[in-house]
Amino acid sequence: MLVAIVSITLLAAALGLLLGYASIRFRVEGDPIVDQIDALLPQTQCGQCGFPGCRPYAEAIASGEAEINRCPPGGEATIRALADLLGREPVPLDEARGTTPEEPLVAFIDEKYCIGCTLCIQACPVDAIIGAAKQMHTVIRDDCTGCNLCPPACPVDCIDMVPLPRTLDDWVWDEPEAPLLPEPPV
Amino acid sequence: MRLGRFHGGLHLDDHKAESTGEPIRTLPPGRLFVLPLHQHIGHDAEPLVRVGDHVGKGRPVAQPHGDISAAIHAPTSGTVVAIEDRPVPHPSGLPARCIVIEADGDDRWADGLPAPVADASALSAPELLALIRDAGIVGLGGAAFPTAAKLRTDKNSIDTLVVNGAECEPWISCDDMLMREQADGIVSGIGVVQRLLQPRQTLIGIEDNKPQAIDAMRRAVALAGLDDTEVVVIPTLYPSGGERQLIKILTDKEVPSGGLPLQIGIVCQNVGTLFAIHEAVVEGKPLIERIVTVTGDGVRQPRNLRVRIGTPVSEVVAAAGGYAPGVAELLVGGPMMGIALASDEPPIVKASNCILASTPAMLRRHDARPCIRCGECVSVCPARLLPQQLYWYARARDYDKAEDYHLFDCIECGCCDHVCPSHIPLVQYYRHAKGEIRQLRHEKEKADRARIRHQLREERLAREKAERAAKLAAKKAALEKKKAAKAGGDDPKKAAIQAALERAKARKAELAKQRSTTGEKNETP
Repeated sequence: MLVAIVSITLLAAALGLLLGYASIRFRVEGDPIVDQIDALLPQTQCGQCGFPGCRPYAEAIASGEAEINRCPPGGEATIRALADLLGREPVPLDEARGTTPEEPLVAFIDEKYCIGCTLCIQACPVDAIIGAAKQMHTVIRDDCTGCNLCPPACPVDCIDMVPLPRTLDDWVWDEPEAPLLPEPPV
Repeated sequence: MRLGRFHGGLHLDDHKAESTGEPIRTLPPGRLFVLPLHQHIGHDAEPLVRVGDHVGKGRPVAQPHGDISAAIHAPTSGTVVAIEDRPVPHPSGLPARCIVIEADGDDRWADGLPAPVADASALSAPELLALIRDAGIVGLGGAAFPTAAKLRTDKNSIDTLVVNGAECEPWISCDDMLMREQADGIVSGIGVVQRLLQPRQTLIGIEDNKPQAIDAMRRAVALAGLDDTEVVVIPTLYPSGGERQLIKILTDKEVPSGGLPLQIGIVCQNVGTLFAIHEAVVEGKPLIERIVTVTGDGVRQPRNLRVRIGTPVSEVVAAAGGYAPGVAELLVGGPMMGIALASDEPPIVKASNCILASTPAMLRRHDARPCIRCGECVSVCPARLLPQQLYWYARARDYDKAEDYHLFDCIECGCCDHVCPSHIPLVQYYRHAKGEIRQLRHEKEKADRARIRHQLREERLAREKAERAAKLAAKKAALEKKKAAKAGGDDPKKAAIQAALERAKARKAELAKQRSTTGEKNETP
């Protein structure tokens, strides 16, 4: 009887120490699930989800505070990827948050009308607008995420969201039309 | 010599005789030339001329931008009339930036071009490479990879130079005709490349349906007395002209998946490219013309033409007797891998080896039916892939799975398309999937960049806020100190004023005293 109690107690103490050590030694910094969610979001930083950027939205999803359907720029594909990651059912996009643009848009500043007020520079979440006070501003096209935050900031309404021109570099072959008869699943 | 064999492949009707009946004819320069800045793999070339400039024949009009890029030269003397978007031979039908030259009719060479070199062996490797790069030479077999970049390798790392004279695709005969008529030039080009790479052996692979070319090349090799250089006759089998397939046949070695022939000590060059190297080094001529096969049952007189780069396709077709009645489709390249042109307006570019005009009789178009899993495609795939699996995954947009099944090893040869009893356009599915995957990768990169930029901005804003707060705090502290000093009573300013006042008072008193004493003196003389 005594032997059993002592041996179990010793065992429990040893394993407890081991677990305690492991929790210090192998501690995971930050929340890995937030990183994984953040990696699936389009990083537009547009705030249409109601959070100030993609990372805060990822944190809200991870904590169960927000649904996975609040990202219009990501659209269907992002919802599906998030559902996949989190083991949930995909839900349709929350249309109240906005609609998915059909093609990627970028901001374009009509330099004729720009007064150099720097308001759009302050609005840009990714610092993709260059310029200075009373100097003309312009958008770095490759870095613009198309978040649509700068047009409302412009006092002279000289910023438009325009579709990116298709070039030979980013052109993709069309998918052929589907065969005439339905096919069995794989 | 024991030949290797690649998996699968097809025996096709070669249809070479249609265009090999007559010798190569030189097409005289036309009036307008359109030179796309992107006619090679890699970066666009950068224009060196402006609208209104007069250029001589052979003068560079665009320079390479970066290592993987190629120069472009004026195909004739004339005036630059525009640098603008024009239709180019590309499956998208999208226009792209082009330099447009209007010929002045003189066709006069520009001044200051490199002088012909009688003895190429007198030049060093860097000098030869510079000549090849300056001449704007790219792979003329169809891929248009900048040749100088391909030849810039470590000496002694190359075991075999493979010369591609296979020309396996039906209807095309430009390499065949070039070997028949210019074998000496090709062999001279081989000599230049041998000097650059110092390979242990050189193997010239030619399919056995080109006996005249084989004879001509054998004679030229013997005449030039090149060491360790052999013309190897290979069986006619599509796609033995593919770089990987030809290497497998000639050396029985396999290029690793996703790798380059260079990794196994092999460099492969097309015969047309080697002839261009000969012209650039020995004759001092930049790449401004190439041989183009104009054929198919949609042209009246199929033939091979020596065409200046930039000549519109319509002029080339006209030189082959014009369209036959009922022509329905125009391809650049052969029937297996060629791309359809929306019109005959685009120009001949460096990669254009063939213009194939077809009538509906030749096209045999069918509607696609469901896949019946017969496995024909698997048995013919020269890359040993599973085309039907790739098709499922491409259609289901399961791109991870498609990549697991080595989608990017597909050489788009079209063998699977050709044998599919359901006429499924398999290659187009693969092309679409490849494009989508590249696009997704690009978007991912962009998203990652946006994440970093956003993070940096947040950090910057936080830092600026902290700095502002610190500044404010410092100001406040200074003010506080002042106030405290005032409250203590010994304000230095007030004290100074007080002191000054007292000084003034004392001085006044002094003056009054003085005045009273002197006044007394005056009053009482």
